[in-house]
Amino acid sequence: MDHPIVTVLIAMLGGAIRVSTPFMFVALGETLTEKSGRINLGLEGTLVLGAMVAYATSYLSGNPWLGVLAAGGAGVILGGLHGYICKLPKVNDIAVGIAFMSFGTGLAFFFGKPFIQPSAPHLDSIHLGDWTGNPALAQALEVNPLFFVGIGLAIAMAWALKNTKWGLIVRMAGDSAAAAKAMGVSVDLVRFLATAAGGFMAGIGGAFLSLYYPGIWNQGLSSGQGLMAVALVIFARWDPIRCIIAALLFGAAGAIGPSLQAIGITQGYYFFNAAPYILTLVIMILSAGSKGAAREAPGELSITK
Amino acid sequence: MTAETADAAIPARRASNVKALRLAETVAIPVGAMVASAVAFSIFLLIIGKDPVQFWQLVWTGGFGSSFSIQNSLQRAAPLILTGLAFAIPARIGLTMIGGEGALVLGGFSAAAIAIPLVTNAVPVWITLPVMALSGMAAGGLWLGVVGWLRHARGVNETISSLLMSYIAIAIMNFFVEGALRDPASANKPSTMPIGDAYRIGSIPGTDVHWGFAAGIVLAVVLWVLMSRTTFGFAARMTGGNARAAKAQGLPVGALMVVCCVIAGACAGLAGFFEVTAIHGQANASLVAGYGFTGILVSFLARHNPLTVVPMAILFGAIAAAGGVVQRRMGMPDATVLVLQGILFVVLLVSETFYGRFKIFQPGNTGDRV
Amino acid sequence: MPFNNLSRRTLLKAGAATLASVALPFGIARAQTAVILGIVYVGPKDDFGWNQAHAVSVGTLKALPGITVVEEENVPETDAVSKSMESMINLDGANLILATSFGYYNPFVVDLAKKYPDVQFRHAAPLWNKDKDPANAGSYFPYLNQAHYVDGVAAGLSSKTGKIGFVAAKPIPSVLSNINSVLLGARSVNPAATVQVIVTGDWSLPVREAEATNALVDAGCEVITCHVDSPKVVIQTAEGRGVKTCGHNASQAPLAPTGFITGAEYKWETIYKSYADDIAAGTPLPNFLVGGYNNDMLRNTAYGAGATPEAIKAADAAIEALKGGFKIYTGTLKDNKGNVVVDKDYDNYDPYLDGMGWLLEGVQGSTT
Repeated sequence: MDHPIVTVLIAMLGGAIRVSTPFMFVALGETLTEKSGRINLGLEGTLVLGAMVAYATSYLSGNPWLGVLAAGGAGVILGGLHGYICKLPKVNDIAVGIAFMSFGTGLAFFFGKPFIQPSAPHLDSIHLGDWTGNPALAQALEVNPLFFVGIGLAIAMAWALKNTKWGLIVRMAGDSAAAAKAMGVSVDLVRFLATAAGGFMAGIGGAFLSLYYPGIWNQGLSSGQGLMAVALVIFARWDPIRCIIAALLFGAAGAIGPSLQAIGITQGYYFFNAAPYILTLVIMILSAGSKGAAREAPGELSITK
Repeated sequence: MTAETADAAIPARRASNVKALRLAETVAIPVGAMVASAVAFSIFLLIIGKDPVQFWQLVWTGGFGSSFSIQNSLQRAAPLILTGLAFAIPARIGLTMIGGEGALVLGGFSAAAIAIPLVTNAVPVWITLPVMALSGMAAGGLWLGVVGWLRHARGVNETISSLLMSYIAIAIMNFFVEGALRDPASANKPSTMPIGDAYRIGSIPGTDVHWGFAAGIVLAVVLWVLMSRTTFGFAARMTGGNARAAKAQGLPVGALMVVCCVIAGACAGLAGFFEVTAIHGQANASLVAGYGFTGILVSFLARHNPLTVVPMAILFGAIAAAGGVVQRRMGMPDATVLVLQGILFVVLLVSETFYGRFKIFQPGNTGDRV
Repeated sequence: MPFNNLSRRTLLKAGAATLASVALPFGIARAQTAVILGIVYVGPKDDFGWNQAHAVSVGTLKALPGITVVEEENVPETDAVSKSMESMINLDGANLILATSFGYYNPFVVDLAKKYPDVQFRHAAPLWNKDKDPANAGSYFPYLNQAHYVDGVAAGLSSKTGKIGFVAAKPIPSVLSNINSVLLGARSVNPAATVQVIVTGDWSLPVREAEATNALVDAGCEVITCHVDSPKVVIQTAEGRGVKTCGHNASQAPLAPTGFITGAEYKWETIYKSYADDIAAGTPLPNFLVGGYNNDMLRNTAYGAGATPEAIKAADAAIEALKGGFKIYTGTLKDNKGNVVVDKDYDNYDPYLDGMGWLLEGVQGSTT
């Protein structure tokens, strides 16, 4: 149990579980939005605003789950606005996303000032590893319920997109607006709803950051997690299950830096800390040229055109 | 100008009228949007119990109210012109490249790094500075050129890859600045060796604004000519309009994309060079100041027109300059500026939808569409 | 007897103060002149860390008659800070500027001080150099490592193994000096004590700080402390893992009701109050105002539930010793690569220590 490699592996397992959840939620939200044929780069702003709203709500109400809900609500508002604006002709959804990134972050910073210092009630976790008798492993297996919610959501989304009428409508809006219109589907409405729902999920991702891990609110809380999650969607090729895997991988890669230092490999930490970015880029380069990527991309997506 | 008079005019005059109307539209809509966002932000201020009149007075005082304020705005605009161009040029060919930050950081770092042997050997300033500038532009150009090439050759999404490359660029700079290239004297702020006062590029004579501002304007004009008056620019814009059609026409789409990305990286790298030679005198973590990201906003507000980038960068410089005054006089937090920028950005993008919708800017006959 | 061994620095300070009083051409010397003080912060001034500590202490100046305070937060260490300070001078008439972030000094404060000789500039790090820098500039700084030494003493006696974990933002002298002082403090009571360091790479990276804390706990550390801008995450995560903690910058005691031992805190208010007194009395401000426990510029957070009675006793004794001029770096000390880095008794303010680029033997970690 004491071998350094085991230590790093346990840390990576723990990192995957602890760090992946916000990526999961944002990536799933973005997957739904992109499946409908629209891209929302503003989920970073949604994530940050969600984190602030969740923390503030939990602090003021004493109920962290209410905070999670409020974060989702804030996400719906930002996502809905994005969805509404983008249906206007000639408006570029990528640009609006970037605008909402700065708007959401600005609002969160502006109204979040009084909540930096107070301690809000946190979300509880489920202790799955106490039987192991190894504190590191027990800690790694201490899991927040939202982690399972995220996995459940991914499975449900994957199933629903494939097997339900709603799923079909979303996919159709994303693959060919003309075909969807011919079927009498309001493409704008579908995309509006998909963007709002995507915002809801991203908001919850933010709530995880502020109410569980690392469990604080301040202006440095998200170091681009929302943006990276959008990257993971392309990396996961719009598949909810692969989003989960990508988020877990990214979380595990993030744990490499600190855990290598813990076992005494202290040189070059800047590169170990950049490991998640390098890894994502390498896998994107390796997988991007494949035929699968082109086939799986929603046809209406401005980013893949 | 009414539709009737336009209708009655002779064809040549009519063409110029159409042009004038389009110009009027491209001025009126953004101005209208700015007014609308000012109103929206004033409402926000009223809701939180602050005085909008005082706010806008202070924005004027801090941004343009005195010769000091104007120079403050222009100086802050200098890097934003270059990073705005770094977003605008790829945008014209249809690429959403958000990696200007990384190219700036790497450009600044490589300018400072190449200066070390030159300064140590007392190479004359007139050789050293151009070499530094070229080194910065080359590093930035190469960095974003890779992004363009990956997009072309492997279909790797440029928005995401350029963002990832930014994180990696910052890690590279930090690694060297805190390691091999660290000046031992830079104790608590790891930096490369200072280039020394002799090698610092000063201000434009008679002002407090550094030369990066002038370089930005020159480059904006050059790139405007390139993008709107040359075959290259025409081909690039055509690719941006419809890449498949451009390819079908036999245009070298891939090469065009890579060149646009290299130009973008060179602009950002040049911004990094000026940060080193005009501001810091060395490379360190302060190069990561978010100019690359603000450049994205600048470019969108300028509708990716290289010439319009200049006033928009000045506008952002003025907002940043005024933000300080607002903090000091009204006790408002730093995030005020972020909220204002966010509203301005959203409203300006929404205003895109109004192009071609107002009758008064339309030539009388629909058959006239140019 | 704190000053029986006048360091170069104290001499320098005395000389500079005389110089400044002669050279001072403008109003501060005349009593009752309105003082307009501009202060710039590198982050949000309610960050529950470095910036907030300054902002709270500046409150002592705001209360005084005849002083107007103008503040600007989140000013990056670029030309933005020179423009912000210049804007304070030009638009608000500021005649005293406090620049509170390390990277503000060179070139920004130095250049601006030359440009505006009538304005006083004071910067929060011991960088002012009498021979090179303008007489209207100056430095103020409490040497926090003394309080971290006390942390080390308390931590060493509050844990069984003496294994201490340290989450560090960057491997720069001011951070390394805190790490080394924790080790020396812990070793003074437990010769087997060690410190393990994880560097995050930047001043505020909450997720990585939490990961680093977890990694240190997993590696067997019994006490966790840190030097990052806002230590809330580190203390909270460590408390959640059931290990003890020592704070940094401000009081984090409420965050760790069971494991908090004590923490290293600045008393910026001592400095700001003395500036205010000087201004009120019409005396020129000192150019170089640094200190530690010997002149009331530091404190340790009130002991928490994690501190054992022996630890409290030993830590209190260490504070008394530091007030009396006790030296931290003495005798022969080797770094963790085997080189001798200390070969005599150094005064706590010796400039040699300002440039330390080493971690002592007993610290697991790297300076690059």
